[in-house]
Amino acid sequence: MQQAQGFELETASAAAGSLRRVAIDPVSRVEGHGKVTLLLDDKDQVQQVRLHIVEFRGFEKFIQGRPYWEVPVMVQRLCGICPVSHHLAAAKALDHVVGAGRLTASAEKLRRLMHYGQILQSHALHFFHLSSPDLLFGFASEAGRRNIVGVAAAYPDVARQGVLLRKFGQEVIRLTAGKRVHGTGAIPGGVNRALRREDRQGLLAEVGQIVGWSRDAVQLVKRLHAADPALYDGFGTFRSNILSLVGADGALDFYDGQLRVRDADGGILVDGFDVQNYHQLIREEVKAWSYMKFPFLAALGPRQGWYKVGPLARVQNCDFIPTPLAEAERRQFIDHGQGKPVHAPLAYHWARMIELLHAAETIAELLHDDDLSGSELSTSGARAREGVGVIEAPRGTLIHHYQVDDEDLVTTCDLIVSTTHNNQPMNEAIRRVAQRYLNGRELTEGLLNHIEVAIRAFDPCLSCATHALGKMPLQLELQDAAGAVIGRLSSAS
Amino acid sequence: MPLPPVLILACGNPSRGDDALGPLLVDRLQNWLDEAGLAAGIEVLVDFQWQIEHALDLIGRHLVLFIDAGHDTPGPFVFRQAQAGAAASDAGSCSTHALSPEAVLAVLPRVVHEAAPPAFVLCVRGERFELGEALSPAAAGHAERAFELLQDLLRGPDVDRWQALLSARVPSDGD
Repeated sequence: MQQAQGFELETASAAAGSLRRVAIDPVSRVEGHGKVTLLLDDKDQVQQVRLHIVEFRGFEKFIQGRPYWEVPVMVQRLCGICPVSHHLAAAKALDHVVGAGRLTASAEKLRRLMHYGQILQSHALHFFHLSSPDLLFGFASEAGRRNIVGVAAAYPDVARQGVLLRKFGQEVIRLTAGKRVHGTGAIPGGVNRALRREDRQGLLAEVGQIVGWSRDAVQLVKRLHAADPALYDGFGTFRSNILSLVGADGALDFYDGQLRVRDADGGILVDGFDVQNYHQLIREEVKAWSYMKFPFLAALGPRQGWYKVGPLARVQNCDFIPTPLAEAERRQFIDHGQGKPVHAPLAYHWARMIELLHAAETIAELLHDDDLSGSELSTSGARAREGVGVIEAPRGTLIHHYQVDDEDLVTTCDLIVSTTHNNQPMNEAIRRVAQRYLNGRELTEGLLNHIEVAIRAFDPCLSCATHALGKMPLQLELQDAAGAVIGRLSSAS
Repeated sequence: MPLPPVLILACGNPSRGDDALGPLLVDRLQNWLDEAGLAAGIEVLVDFQWQIEHALDLIGRHLVLFIDAGHDTPGPFVFRQAQAGAAASDAGSCSTHALSPEAVLAVLPRVVHEAAPPAFVLCVRGERFELGEALSPAAAGHAERAFELLQDLLRGPDVDRWQALLSARVPSDGD
């Protein structure tokens, strides 16, 4: 078995006094705040590369002490990008607290519909808005054009489809959660509303077009790969384990399942692992230079046990995708690896669009199911004091774990979010990009955008729904080893 | 039912300190509009942040007002007109998961081939944005001043009138 590789360039080997520091702060087109620091020697050779991300500070304090039934609504405020994922993961965890071991058919299908709507809108946003500018125009193209407005001008049909795919997903969420934001659809033990038949009919009238556009999106990303296979297969590529939920039958499943881990060669390391025991499978390492922890498989340790999550992991970890169009695309994707897992960060986009198609197909199937308009919406049983909820959020595996006291108040809250799982993988990707593209060269905005392209492939979400106007410039500072600023670049300059 | 011609589009996270300025202001505004009998022609929407699909909410409107908290905004607020053309030369406005008002306006004509309606931005200065924090006292004061402006604006939602209020309504904290 060949293990994951990594950790080069985490710590500089050259004497600190001869190095200068480059900081990309904050990383743009990534939710929240991130910073990349590059330490260069006097020959502009990269000696150290680190991605620093502001962690979900205050999570536990925010949740602890609240009545458990408030939690599925409150956790949506942790993140403005994937509130539905937190909403559903919390509800799943608290199902155990109210003794709802098995939801009613209507409740589970309504939650699934909401979740697949979330996957659809999030993947559409990421590909069409956040990543397509880099992929369509080039990583080092004119910075002022690399945005959704530039895409809308040059590729109006692509931009229009992106907007309308996103809008459809949001509409699915609104109708199942009750509101566009701060929805209350999922409750511990089930859901609090069914889908009206007229609303189903409205969505059914549109979903055929949504499936069609999703197919087009997969073809677009495949054309991009085919146009420059060396770039798409090699950019920032590193080997690692992969982790995700998999359905009991081995199917790709975003809503529920058991944990499966494969090694870098595709061999199964762990299978059928009960999510309630996740803490026996996963540990987290703290590093002094990062707010965000580094998860790893307890059995392998921090140096061999780190892993990727998200679309690239999920599409290759499952045995099949249970919708026909996406399954056909998955087979083509697997064939691209020629018998080995695909580890290229840019292949995340390909896998993400396969998942977009699967989400669209699943929504189309679900909308024909009369259970969505059923009346048995919740259940309960013997009360418990603890529950774990795991869901495949758009960015990867999301774990919510709560303990509740006899007064119904949350005493312990532990969350491991998708971006935290991908902490080490993102660091590895940017180290390889820095070595390949930045060594010995004068740093320009276009070259530094290569770093961001690698990060964006993972679609990190940095927890922060704070978005106040004026808070998000891209800044690059060049500092000497003593920390003195010797140069500065800005995206607005 | 005809689409209300005026759209108020606020954003912010109610649980992140002064990021709650937008949601709090429109909650209060909706109550006032109902009591004042002005609600019929005005739709109020709130979200965590502005995104590409919000361009579709602009279709068919005559006048749009974006409301948000601002980190580096002069206090208590800035009231300005948004120009769609500004987005193309402002890469930073499109560089995060959230779009600026100008970028939302710029997306509209390219996606649905409809001209963007006249739009204005009320950006209220915030001080603290951490998860779980309450509104800061300074932001609460800014919100009071901003609400007075909102009442004034919505008693007469008209482009020319709003333009006339632009320069007259950028008071400093010391006013």
